[in-house]
Amino acid sequence: MTQKATTTLKNEALVDEIVTMYPPKVARKRRKHMVPVAPGTEQKIEANARSVPGIITQRGCCYAGCKGVVLGPIVDMVHIVHGPVGCSFYAWGTRRNQGRARKGGQNFLEYCFSTDMQPDNIIFGGEKKLRKAITEAYEIFKPKAISLHATCPAGLIGDDVVGVGREMSEKLGIPVIGFACEGYKGVSQSAGHHLANNGLFERVVGRDDVETDKFSINMLGEYNIGGDSWEIERIFEKCGIHIVSTFSGNGSFAEMAKSHNAKLNIVQCYRSINYMAEMMEEKFGIPWLKVNVIGLKATSKSLRKIGEYFEDAKLSARIEEVIAEEEAAAEKEIAPIRERLEGKTAMLFTGGSRAHHYQSLFKDLGMKTVVAGEEFAHRDDYEGRKVIPTIKIDADSRNITELKVEPDPKRYNPPKTGEEISRLKEDGLLSEYEGMLPDMMDNTILVDDITHLEQEMMIASYKPDIVCSGIKDKYIFEKMGIPSKQLHNYDYSGPFAGYHGAANFARDIDMRVNNPAWKMIQAPWQKRPMIKAEMMVETEKEILA
Amino acid sequence: MLDQTPKKVVEREALRINPAKTCQPIGAMYASLGIHGCLPHSHGSQGCCAYHRSHLTRHYKEPVMAATSSFTEGAAVFGGGANLRQAVNNIFHVYNPDIIAVHTTCLSETIGDDIPSLVNQARDDGLIPAGKLVIHTNPSYEGSHVTGFSNMCRSMVSYLTESSGEKKNQLNVLPGFVEPSDMREIKRILRKIGAPAVVFPDTSDVLDAPQTGKFNMYPKGGVTLAAMKTTGDSQKTLALGAFASEDAAKMLQTKAEVPYEVLDLPIGLAATDRFIEALVELTGNEPPASITDDRGRLLDMMLDYQQYLYGKKVAIAGDPDHVIAMTEFMVSMGMIPTYVITGTPGKKFTLKIKAILRDVNPKAKVKAAADFFELHQWIKNEPVDLLISNTYGKYIARAEDVPFVRFGFPILDRTGHSYFPTVGYVGGMRLVEKITGVLLDRKDRDDPDETFELVM
Ligand code: SF4
Ligand code: SF4
Repeated sequence: MTQKATTTLKNEALVDEIVTMYPPKVARKRRKHMVPVAPGTEQKIEANARSVPGIITQRGCCYAGCKGVVLGPIVDMVHIVHGPVGCSFYAWGTRRNQGRARKGGQNFLEYCFSTDMQPDNIIFGGEKKLRKAITEAYEIFKPKAISLHATCPAGLIGDDVVGVGREMSEKLGIPVIGFACEGYKGVSQSAGHHLANNGLFERVVGRDDVETDKFSINMLGEYNIGGDSWEIERIFEKCGIHIVSTFSGNGSFAEMAKSHNAKLNIVQCYRSINYMAEMMEEKFGIPWLKVNVIGLKATSKSLRKIGEYFEDAKLSARIEEVIAEEEAAAEKEIAPIRERLEGKTAMLFTGGSRAHHYQSLFKDLGMKTVVAGEEFAHRDDYEGRKVIPTIKIDADSRNITELKVEPDPKRYNPPKTGEEISRLKEDGLLSEYEGMLPDMMDNTILVDDITHLEQEMMIASYKPDIVCSGIKDKYIFEKMGIPSKQLHNYDYSGPFAGYHGAANFARDIDMRVNNPAWKMIQAPWQKRPMIKAEMMVETEKEILA
Repeated sequence: MLDQTPKKVVEREALRINPAKTCQPIGAMYASLGIHGCLPHSHGSQGCCAYHRSHLTRHYKEPVMAATSSFTEGAAVFGGGANLRQAVNNIFHVYNPDIIAVHTTCLSETIGDDIPSLVNQARDDGLIPAGKLVIHTNPSYEGSHVTGFSNMCRSMVSYLTESSGEKKNQLNVLPGFVEPSDMREIKRILRKIGAPAVVFPDTSDVLDAPQTGKFNMYPKGGVTLAAMKTTGDSQKTLALGAFASEDAAKMLQTKAEVPYEVLDLPIGLAATDRFIEALVELTGNEPPASITDDRGRLLDMMLDYQQYLYGKKVAIAGDPDHVIAMTEFMVSMGMIPTYVITGTPGKKFTLKIKAILRDVNPKAKVKAAADFFELHQWIKNEPVDLLISNTYGKYIARAEDVPFVRFGFPILDRTGHSYFPTVGYVGGMRLVEKITGVLLDRKDRDDPDETFELVM
């Protein structure tokens, strides 16, 4: 291997050392994606830019962001992927977004649908096959709605999934929603999130007007990995807060259609769903509030923020009761585990927001995050929304349409007065996200779109006790002798959100970090000098021959 | 589970539901990992590479290293030449493999990037260090992951095989799209019989690497470039599995005049017999007693448990070479393959299966280019006693409460496949153990107390 750093370096020296391994042009580029954190100073990171070919990025594609992340978790829709079979096959059941059918409703999460394009579909165009596939899906399943997802080759030959969707909607009388989420669009999954938000906003949200409770909210950017949404729902219900719709974990088309009737949007994964939050505010007047329900303290803080928004004494009192009870119960489980984890270090490599969220949870466990990075975050995820006006729109972002949104003449119905909302915005409660950087400590590194080389060198220098990442790199770290936890799909476990989740996570991290098997890597004979033998026997090779 | 699947089968022309195959490049990537010191490279948008690495990792629980050309819209429109040049330069500079094995993806195939001339240009421009190689294969939409594997094997031959003009006393063995454990077992059998051979590709010691506390980007396994070079001087090529291995063997014949023979994957007793016989014929060596003893032990197991196997109806789904061998094995134990499918297209498959089943169950439903959805519908209409397939069959097994044995690619939810072979007599024993295990567990679960057996 090419790596040099085996001794521990200070963050800035390490970053400088890493880039010496790259060709000069790549070095200049990658240097801007790594920030040796110096708290109290203004620091800038480059993000949402093209990955360097050949560099070994962990990123996926626009289609993965659209179908895999945002649309896929919706249980009661048939999601047809228009392309060769692979794109759909790999997104089948691998993300661990859990869901169940509503009473009398349908659940398609166990299914995988593809137009399985063949050479003649590529040569002569695939729209005919797509139309046929939609008709077949409709006839077999009679779903309430269908989504269509374009893949790279389908887009390249000019198949128009959006147009076919509109045409088939009319023909079948159900929404058939096309997403032109070809994998080559944008620079990562992020473009797909945006496209997915646009499609859901235009074609689903606002279809169904209903009355909602006083404290009804939508949960945005929560995907029910390992059952997170269900734990969050449990806590909210206990407080008397009712969820109209979740985007999109255990999501339902029917519920999303009602979501514009909620009184507040709370945003968990800001990266993947901020578009929806802003568009819903513009069109329906629903304010949004950034939360973090990963971590004990973070969950409690988020509940209090929601209480602050509703400005209802009874609700706030109930929230305090729930916090007291839930924190105490979770703390009882976590306390003995913390003793074993206190002072240990973690590295977090995730998608767009979890490297921030999970720092809170690790703090609850007494652990420090030494390196944190996202695959497809933008600068505002790192540096906060204050930098949005300074972000340059490049060619890769421009190909994703920004919808022009106007207040809905009938349904624009802000739950508070304009003054109240402006006041809450000024207080930093609404429409605010400060990003990950302010929460990072001295001698840590913030890194965007990390490469394999950077991972290796940072691990060699920091020697963390655990690395949290995804399936592609998990076993690389474990081969280095370092326990790894997947924070994309949570391996086999979860939930990790809320109070029960925090306790689950503590147990999970304890199991990995303190697993006795890690101490057995060296065989006894690798740990001591050669023994002078009494018997003379041949080696294995000679015996076999 | 799978509650939306209706019993009634309707003919579908366009919609693939719950596929029993995936795309070519993942097979090409897997084959490339069987070359020592090789970094696979996916030429296309980065999603494909991310998916292929992820899925191989889920199956092997091992690092799967590969790079991508990271196409954006510009590359999609104007071609990915510039991306490939940058990739090659960066890979050699930063990761220093001996060889890069490029495979195109559906996107770059559709664009029509001409990889060989791009690579030649890169070499002329000094982007490829001396002594380093770049090979490539062009998967297409046709076929499946098995086809992609086969194509990369053929490319290994077309790029790496040389003929010195002097024959060497060795064989070539193409093991097919099998596990590292299987490749290891095939090499063990070759050693036991005393048949010097180049086995390629060879993912043993790559995708079953031991835990040592040290990460090795290029693990010790994989066929070496030096060994690959000599394949043109071998006496003969044995291609195990027509779908995965025949093309490369044919290429060896065309390129270096090495004759070849296609055999079934040595899964099950009879297919292993044929493999051993072929080796005996080629080497003139009689198999050692230990091999004959292994055979006898497998047969012993088949007979000891025949009462639980005989007459049982089986559904088998998987890759064509695997399913062909497995079907024959089932028949040899008196079981009745009732539904036999592969997701990979190919007439050869149906003909071969029908021939195996001619006397046993001529009414069996046999289909290539089929999917799990259809198989499930068949099972709903007429149940079976056992389902054998990759992990995706578990949905059906649960929905219909069918005993289930995982076999083939991918296995995402159990361990063992990369460590314990299913090829050879020893592998056959493992299969009998697995099959009887699930059938007897079922019987134990369902028997009332009064007929619950202690001895089985
Ligand atoms: S585009 Fe082709 S190569 Fe890429 S994942 Fe889809 S099917 Fe596989
Ligand atoms: S072909 Fe495109 S859409 Fe499909 S996985 Fe690859 S990058 Fe993504």
